[in-house]
Amino acid sequence: MSNSLFQHTQTAHCESGVISNLLGHYGLQISEPMAFGIGAGIFFGHLPFVKVNGVPGTTYRIWPGAIFQRVCKRLGVRMESEKFSTPEKGMQALDKVIAAGIPVGLQSSVYYLPYFPPSYRFHFNAHNLVVYGKEDGQYLVSDPVMDTVTTIDPESLEQARFAKGFPAPKGKMYYPVHVPPTASFEKPIKAGIEQACHFMLKVPIPMFGVKGIRFLAKRVANYAENPGDRKATLYLGNIIRMQEEIGTGGAGFRFLYAAFLQEAATLLKKDELSKLAGELTQTGDLWRNFAFAAGRVCKSRSADNVSYKELSEMLFQCAASEEAFFKKLAQVKL
Amino acid sequence: MKKEEVPQDSDNLHEGTFKQIMYAVDNSGNYVQVQSAGWEPENIALDQAWEEVNERVKAARARVEAGEISPVAYYMEKTLMDLPLLASYVGKFQWQVKRHMKPGVFKRLPQKMLLRYADAFKVSLTDLLQVK
Repeated sequence: MSNSLFQHTQTAHCESGVISNLLGHYGLQISEPMAFGIGAGIFFGHLPFVKVNGVPGTTYRIWPGAIFQRVCKRLGVRMESEKFSTPEKGMQALDKVIAAGIPVGLQSSVYYLPYFPPSYRFHFNAHNLVVYGKEDGQYLVSDPVMDTVTTIDPESLEQARFAKGFPAPKGKMYYPVHVPPTASFEKPIKAGIEQACHFMLKVPIPMFGVKGIRFLAKRVANYAENPGDRKATLYLGNIIRMQEEIGTGGAGFRFLYAAFLQEAATLLKKDELSKLAGELTQTGDLWRNFAFAAGRVCKSRSADNVSYKELSEMLFQCAASEEAFFKKLAQVKL
Repeated sequence: MKKEEVPQDSDNLHEGTFKQIMYAVDNSGNYVQVQSAGWEPENIALDQAWEEVNERVKAARARVEAGEISPVAYYMEKTLMDLPLLASYVGKFQWQVKRHMKPGVFKRLPQKMLLRYADAFKVSLTDLLQVK
């Protein structure tokens, strides 16, 4: 039943990792950074009115599922994707597909995945993993952010797939039905870069893209008054976690995108991209400095006005650096 | 970030079992994958998030014992849910769930509703009725 070999590779981010692993299974080799870049995964958004447990949301990437859709469209991969009205139907459908030897991507909640360390298990519903078989009543799992393959019991998997909340996975499962044996990456790379520049520079909403970083910076400057010290440290903590933590989809997206540019530079023989990759690495380091300073403020549990101002200043620098970077990237003739 | 700069700040929270991948630059300037055992700011943020959870659980527990709120409110904190999430798990409106957090209302809840809460919190009916 489960003798289909599945090549598991650990990656930094679940969505681009699942794409890389699933397509690789069908002989279409695409690295994680390449998937992230073609899918235009890089982004920024700060949404003060979308609160989880009373803390406003921050994201460093495009919304869940978008990378997947874009990569498939750009590479000519056809996916079968289904959601289910009841857990029973969802689990039956999964059993049927893996019995045919097809590895299946699943959207799931992190909270119900027993193989994660307990400290990471929050109600985060946009995690992705691959189930590639069933053995002795246990599902065989290739979770891209895990070191190696693992297993999960049917009950936990069902809970993870049918978790409530936003975004509700509703048992979503997906698998390729047509993968071209080879694909030219040139056009997809170009489309991906264009789209990323558009989303970072041109979306006319103040919470998104480079504008969104400045929007956050302005709010951080006032954190001492609004929401006040105690809550401010929680807000800051969340900004850090979204930037770095697995599961929530953090993991240094700036470095991931820089790795993509480097790979693209070699493929397209464009030195400019490689140079820009170096610039983005520096931006990534600015973000890390910010996280480091913010972590210090969290640890001391309070900050005087000055340190919030300093943090805000650091965010303005990140914004300026990203703006300069994406403007140059948009200029590159591909 | 250079390869040597990839943080290896292990933390007890992750029980030292979990390594994540990061992308960093090697000596010749090429990006490579490097495993990281964790990073201080992230550990602080995660620690802090759990501290907040534990405080809320403790406070809720004291209030259940004082007869101010029902176990529904306690288990909601314990399972890291908020009101909208819990409401969608038990298939009720938020104001209804809020009402069920009153001890008087909770006492009169039908068995069927109690079972739904027990199911949402993944606890037995006995545990739901009696916060240990």
